[in-house]
Amino acid sequence: MSIPVGDEATGTGPVQQGPPEPRGGDIVRRHRLSTRLWHWVNAFTIFVMLMSGMMIFNAHPRLYWGKYGVNADHAWLQIGAAGDRGQLRVGDMRIETTGVLGLWKDQAGVVKRRAFPWWATIPSSYSLADGRRWHFFFAWVLVFSGLGYWFISFLNRHVQRDLLLRREELHPRHFWKEIRDHARLRFPSGSAALQYNSLQKIAYLSVLFILLPMIVLTGLTMSPGVNAAWPWLLDLFGGRQSARSIHFLCASGFALFILVHVLMVVLAGPFNEMRSMITGRFRLPKEREL
Amino acid sequence: MITRRKLIGSIAAGAGGLMMSGCNKINTDPKVRTLLQSAEGLTMRAQRIIADRSALAPEFSRTDLSPVFRANGTRIPVGTDYEAHRLANFENWRLTFDGLVARPLSLSLAQIRSMPRRTQITRHDCVEGWSAIGQWTGVPLKVLLDQAGLRSGARYLIFHCADRYTQANYYESIDLIDAFHPQTILAWALNDEILPVANGAPLRLRVERQLGYKHAKYVQRIEAVANLTSQGLGRGGYWEDYHDYEWYAGI
Repeated sequence: MSIPVGDEATGTGPVQQGPPEPRGGDIVRRHRLSTRLWHWVNAFTIFVMLMSGMMIFNAHPRLYWGKYGVNADHAWLQIGAAGDRGQLRVGDMRIETTGVLGLWKDQAGVVKRRAFPWWATIPSSYSLADGRRWHFFFAWVLVFSGLGYWFISFLNRHVQRDLLLRREELHPRHFWKEIRDHARLRFPSGSAALQYNSLQKIAYLSVLFILLPMIVLTGLTMSPGVNAAWPWLLDLFGGRQSARSIHFLCASGFALFILVHVLMVVLAGPFNEMRSMITGRFRLPKEREL
Repeated sequence: MITRRKLIGSIAAGAGGLMMSGCNKINTDPKVRTLLQSAEGLTMRAQRIIADRSALAPEFSRTDLSPVFRANGTRIPVGTDYEAHRLANFENWRLTFDGLVARPLSLSLAQIRSMPRRTQITRHDCVEGWSAIGQWTGVPLKVLLDQAGLRSGARYLIFHCADRYTQANYYESIDLIDAFHPQTILAWALNDEILPVANGAPLRLRVERQLGYKHAKYVQRIEAVANLTSQGLGRGGYWEDYHDYEWYAGI
């Protein structure tokens, strides 16, 4: 049996008549086509952006605050090699990263002194020009697919109905309960699993409406051509080098989101979760025995 | 003996290697490269739509100047010709302006310095990601363009430089929108000093809405052309020819 619910249900408010409320074990239609399509296009795009972005970072592995910044100026973050050791420096804190950051061996076993290692970058051997080509092609994909998803998701009320937090979800006690449930890996079951929980909603909203626009705008702020058209972007982010730092932090935010997101999928049942994001069909977890 | 750790390690490395060689094959595929490169045209058109052709790059105040303005690329051109000019303080240096122009020019440095000048404090953005803010003084390119008078058919300006960078002579090119832009100057001073050799003495191009590699140093000849195919490998610049950088460097 396949019951349209959640993401794919039409109309507003709870269904009064018609099919009964689905229960644990039922197969329901969970993610609508626009969500599934965007998810996979975006997943691929984000990986290309992160990996080509790391290649671009390798060209100058230092981050600054302010309008300018180059080797003679103070970098708040730096990845480099000191002697035969790789090192990440953040402020005054130094972390040894030999083998992963700053100094590592490539596929052929040759020692390289670059920030991010070959397996994390596009392409895998150093080429700023190629990294930029991948980055600036997929930047357009990121922007167009993101704008399209925004547009469709407001239009079909996915944002309003499934993503925005309801009043009762904003209560601290509710948050605290959800945090405890998450920490104990007690995920919602039965019909409660039809909806995103509030931590999930906050994560998705942050990616969709904070990280995505921020990373695009800080990216544009680094462009001298865009600076001439929209100089206010520089004021917004505090200068080109600040924008570059924020761009890097947003990218780190994406990496962190992916890590937690994939971990949650694995913990919640990777087969069922993957199926729901590919075909849309999701088997509701059985209600827990009380 | 093969330990489990070694086995898992080599399987992971093998899988990774396979994936990476696959990725590298994709990266070198000419069709993929053409597709990826198509974004350059889109980016250029989009930037030309959102920015007026005379929209200015941000200008800064003296308090924003970088303490040290980094010199990049060629720091001192090799060759006896340039060295002779350098030792003579560029007294005999001449800038020629020819190609598709009505009145070819040959100007001494003294003549150029006595022409109308523009001083601007702008940010220099390297393709690598760093930035430095400096104050430039020079003759607006428009002044030279008006003197020489472009002939019909001229679409680009090629800047021929006195330096050879690794395997080829450095050159760069811009289109007429950037050529006539009020901030596009041939600079002969940096931070109130005569332009240092490391920064492109005696003349360097400033094209403020694009990245650093477009700002040709050691400029000795400007050529107005109908297209870019006849120079170098035909992509409009040293970095474009040999290192696949974009010709339009607005991002």
